Amino acid sequence: MTKPIRHAARMGDPGRGLMIFAIAYLIFIYGPVLFLPLFSFNDSVFVAFPLQGFTTKWYEQAFADQKMLGALQSSLQVGAIVAIVSTILGLFGAKAVTRYRIPGQNIVTGTIMLPLFIPEIILGISLLILINNLSIPLSLVTVTIGHIMLCTPFAMAVLTSRLDGFDRSLEEASMDLGETPWMTFWRVTFPLAAPGIISSLLLTFIVSFDEFLLSFFLSGQQPTLPVFIWSQLRFPNKLPSVLALGALILVASCVLVVVAEWVRQLGTSERKVGVA
Amino acid sequence: MSLNSVERKATPGFIDRLRAFYLRSDAAKGYALLSPVMITMVVLLAAPLILLVIYSFWTQTGLQVDTTLTTARYQEVFSKQSYIDIFWRSIKMSGLVTLVTVGLAYPMAYYVAFGVKKNKFIWLILLTIPFWTSYLLRAFSWKIILGYNGVINSGLMTVGAIDEPLTFLLYNQTAVVLTLAHAYAAFAILPIYVSLEKIDRTLLEAAADLGDGAWARFWRVTFPLSLPGVIGAAVLIFVPTTGDYVTPALVGGPTGQMIANLIQVQFLKIGDWPLGSALAISAMAGVAILVIFFATAMQLAVRSIR
Repeated sequence: MTKPIRHAARMGDPGRGLMIFAIAYLIFIYGPVLFLPLFSFNDSVFVAFPLQGFTTKWYEQAFADQKMLGALQSSLQVGAIVAIVSTILGLFGAKAVTRYRIPGQNIVTGTIMLPLFIPEIILGISLLILINNLSIPLSLVTVTIGHIMLCTPFAMAVLTSRLDGFDRSLEEASMDLGETPWMTFWRVTFPLAAPGIISSLLLTFIVSFDEFLLSFFLSGQQPTLPVFIWSQLRFPNKLPSVLALGALILVASCVLVVVAEWVRQLGTSERKVGVA
Repeated sequence: MSLNSVERKATPGFIDRLRAFYLRSDAAKGYALLSPVMITMVVLLAAPLILLVIYSFWTQTGLQVDTTLTTARYQEVFSKQSYIDIFWRSIKMSGLVTLVTVGLAYPMAYYVAFGVKKNKFIWLILLTIPFWTSYLLRAFSWKIILGYNGVINSGLMTVGAIDEPLTFLLYNQTAVVLTLAHAYAAFAILPIYVSLEKIDRTLLEAAADLGDGAWARFWRVTFPLSLPGVIGAAVLIFVPTTGDYVTPALVGGPTGQMIANLIQVQFLKIGDWPLGSALAISAMAGVAILVIFFATAMQLAVRSIR
C-alpha cells in the first residue's frame, strides 16, 4: 500500500546489463551483411583482407552486364504486378474478416496464412507439379503466380491490422447520406486504409523482389535477379560484381522497409490522435 | 444470357429473395469479399499440395509418370538408410538452430519489452528489417566470411595469428547452424516480444509484495507467462529451417546437406518427381509429428510450473 502505483510500470526493468547484450545482438544481426558493401568497393577480385584500395569498377561491371539488366527488369516487373495483385486480394480479404462476422473465420484466415508456415521448397515443388500438369511453360508468368500465393498472406496481415478497429459508423454515415457502396469505398474506406495499402504494396514488392527459391523452381529460362545472382555464384571472378549488386539490393530493401513501416506507424498514430 | 433471362422470368421472387438475403446477411457479404483470396489460395496452395500427395503414390517411368497407385515410393524412402540419416541430421541441425536463436532472442525481446522506455518503435523496426531483406544475400555473406580465402581466414592471416587458412570453418554442419541462426534471428523476437509485452505488470508487483526477489519473479511469473511466445517462436524457426535449401547448398558442403537439398535433386536433377514428392510428404509429416510432440510437452511443462 505504501508503494506508489507507478512502481508496476518499472517492474522487471533489466537495467544496463541487457542493454550491452542488445547492442551486441544488433551487431550480430547487421555485422555480417556489412561485408558485402565493404568488399564491393575493394580493388581486388579476391574477397579477402587486406583491403586493396577503393574502386567502383565492380559496380560498373555489374551494370554493364546485359543479362543482369534483363534479370533486374524481370524482377521489377514481377514485383510490381505481385504487389498490386496481392494487395488487392489482401484488401478484400482484410475487409471481409474485419468488417463482417464470418462463420469459420479462424479456419479461413488460418488457410490464407498457411504459406508462411510451410517450407518454401514444398511450395515450390507442389506449384511446379501443378504448372506441369496444366502444361503451362515455365516463365515469368509462373514466377508471378507463385509470388502472388506467397505474398498475399503478408498483404492480408498488414491490411488486417490496419483495418482492425476501424470505425464502422463512418461507412454507415456515408451510406445514410446517400453515397453508393462504390463511392463510399473510394471516399471513406480507401483514404482510411491508404497507409496500410502503401505499406502492403512496398512490403509485398520487397518479398517478391528478394524471393529466390520459388523463382528457382518456376522461372525456366527467364531468371529473376536472385536466380541470376545464384547462377553467378559458381564463377569466382564474378564474385565482386555480385557483391556490388547485393549491396545495392540490401540498401534498396532496407530503405523500402523503413518507409513501409514508417507509413504504417504514421497512419496508426494519426488515427489514435484523431480518435482522442 | 438467354438462359439467365428465362430463369429470371420464371422465378422473379427467388432472385429478389436471394438479393434480400445477401443484403441482410453478414456472412454472405463476408464470404463474397473473401472469395478472391480463397479462390487464389485453393488454386495455388491447396490444389498443388493435394497433387503433391497424389504424385507420391505414382511411379516415374522414364519421362512418363505411371499413375497406378502404389506405396513403393514410401517404401523406398523408409528403406534407404541415407534418407533416414539426412532426415535426422536436418532435425538435429534445425533443433540446434532453434535453441540458439530462441536463446539469443529472449533477452533481446525482454530488453525491448521491459528495458526500452522511449522509441520502442525504432528498436522494433531495427529488429524487423532483416526479416524483409534478401535471405539469399544474408546467407551468402556467411560464405564470404567463412570461406577458404574469406574474411576470417584472410583477416587472421593479415594480423599474423595463423599461417594457413583454417579449413574447418566452411562446408560443414556448424557453418549451416551458424548461418541459419543468423538468418532467422529476427523471426524469434516478435512472438516473444508480444507475449512479454502483454504481461500485466501488476502481477510482478504482487509477486514483489509477497516477497519474491527479482529472479524468483522472473521464473515464477514472467517466464511462464511468456512461454506461449517462446513456443510460437520455436515452431516459427524449426519448421522452415528443416526445409531450408539455400543455406545448406551454400555453406553446407557434402556433410551439411539437408532434406530440401535431397528433394531439389529429385525434382531438378534426377527427375524422379514421385520419389521427390514422397520424400517431401514424409519429411513434412515427420516434422509435424515432432512439432506436435514438442508443443504438447512444453504445455505440460508450463502447467507443472504453475
